[in-house]
Amino acid sequence: MMQLDFSFLTWDVLSAFVAKGLWFSIQLTFSAMLGGIVLGTVLALMRLSGKWWLEKPAAIYVDTLRSIPLVMVILWFFLLIPYVMGPLGAEKTALITFTLFEATYYSEIMRAGIQSVSKGQVFAGQALGMSYRQTMGLVVLPQAFRNMLPVLLTQTIVLFQDTSLVYAIGAYDLLKGFEVAGKNFNRPMETYLVAAAVYFVICFSLSMLVRRLQKKIAIIR
Amino acid sequence: MASWDWQLYCTDMVTEEVAPKCFGAPGYETYLDAMVHAWGWTMTVSVLGLLVALVAGSLIGVLRTVPNKRVAMLGEAWTEFFRNIPLIVQLFLWYHVIPRLFPVLGGVPPAVLVVIAIGLFTSARIAEQVKAGILTLPKGQRYAGQALGLTLPQTYRHVLLPMAFRIVIPPLTSESMNIVKNSAVAFAVSIPDLAQFAQQASEQSSFVQIFLPVTLLYFVSAYAITRVAKLIEIWVRVPGILGAK
Repeated sequence: MMQLDFSFLTWDVLSAFVAKGLWFSIQLTFSAMLGGIVLGTVLALMRLSGKWWLEKPAAIYVDTLRSIPLVMVILWFFLLIPYVMGPLGAEKTALITFTLFEATYYSEIMRAGIQSVSKGQVFAGQALGMSYRQTMGLVVLPQAFRNMLPVLLTQTIVLFQDTSLVYAIGAYDLLKGFEVAGKNFNRPMETYLVAAAVYFVICFSLSMLVRRLQKKIAIIR
Repeated sequence: MASWDWQLYCTDMVTEEVAPKCFGAPGYETYLDAMVHAWGWTMTVSVLGLLVALVAGSLIGVLRTVPNKRVAMLGEAWTEFFRNIPLIVQLFLWYHVIPRLFPVLGGVPPAVLVVIAIGLFTSARIAEQVKAGILTLPKGQRYAGQALGLTLPQTYRHVLLPMAFRIVIPPLTSESMNIVKNSAVAFAVSIPDLAQFAQQASEQSSFVQIFLPVTLLYFVSAYAITRVAKLIEIWVRVPGILGAK
């Protein structure tokens, strides 16, 4: 049995190696969440538009990306983006990839959310003389968002876990931060264990918060 | 992106020589050989991982619904643990940490560790589905079993599980598709699977003609698994319920 020794993980070491990675993971999660929800909502509206030339491209985009492993998607974008936009570096590439990829998952959630709003709401909007844009923006989408808020947030926790896959292109995220620290002090086991603990604490407490929110929303509805 | 040269798949990966046969030529290891080999690894890891996940996930899912609160808590803790740590981190724990922490496990082949990692990660999701499946059954089913004098294990074995499993087959289908996709993280611990083949082979040639077939293979494999699951679903259908014809 090898001895574990965590004493080298002082505050200084953590802020030197890990803080930068944690900050990138958080940035990546938030921007992919915001971009993903906006783009996902657009995709969901396209799929529910009833016009085949909007429905089909959105469906193909969503179904294709959802059936490919995220690792492969990351590798594809990492090699394709330089041809389209010039060299961007691993971090920016990850931002673009995750936004475009997570949009497909958010779009399925938003589609279910829009469909969960009763038809009578749409008719009421139309009866008041509202345009499609007004009915969607003022009546349907706000309710769809509220109904789906817990699911959207749960997906964001999954997204936060998925950000660790930027390992494939060597971006400096939370996991990488711990790995570099482990290599520098020749203590890889300890840093992997602490990394797992940090991910667990973050994800577990967020999922507890989502569960509380879910109860609150359920009562209002 | 360079030119498209499909003869690449018939050339040896090391000597760059064109082999007499594209697949299985003795003395050569063509790109096609390597890709098929890598696909075999992906499928092996996925299918074995799925087996581990189904066994562990069903067990934990059942434990989470038993009347004994302590046992149920144990199941909850298992689920939360394996669900809230990213798969790649769990993989590193199994691959880098556990064999060194417990020297007894030092001789376990890496592929087995990867199967365990992916299997247990997925078991948390399957436990969630199995629990939900058992809880959707009317309470009366459980009581009926008890009223007949069945023990708790008998009630599960003969009353609850036969129905619950049929209910959860559709969500399990999507989990089995996910496991094929998730198996791609195995590249991170040097399992020569499709994702690793894609990474290594594309360093030596234009990446599109490596990535395209690899992506298609993932696509086809995940689809094949859903078809098999669909067949099982039709096969085990209880006549008269749940959309059976």
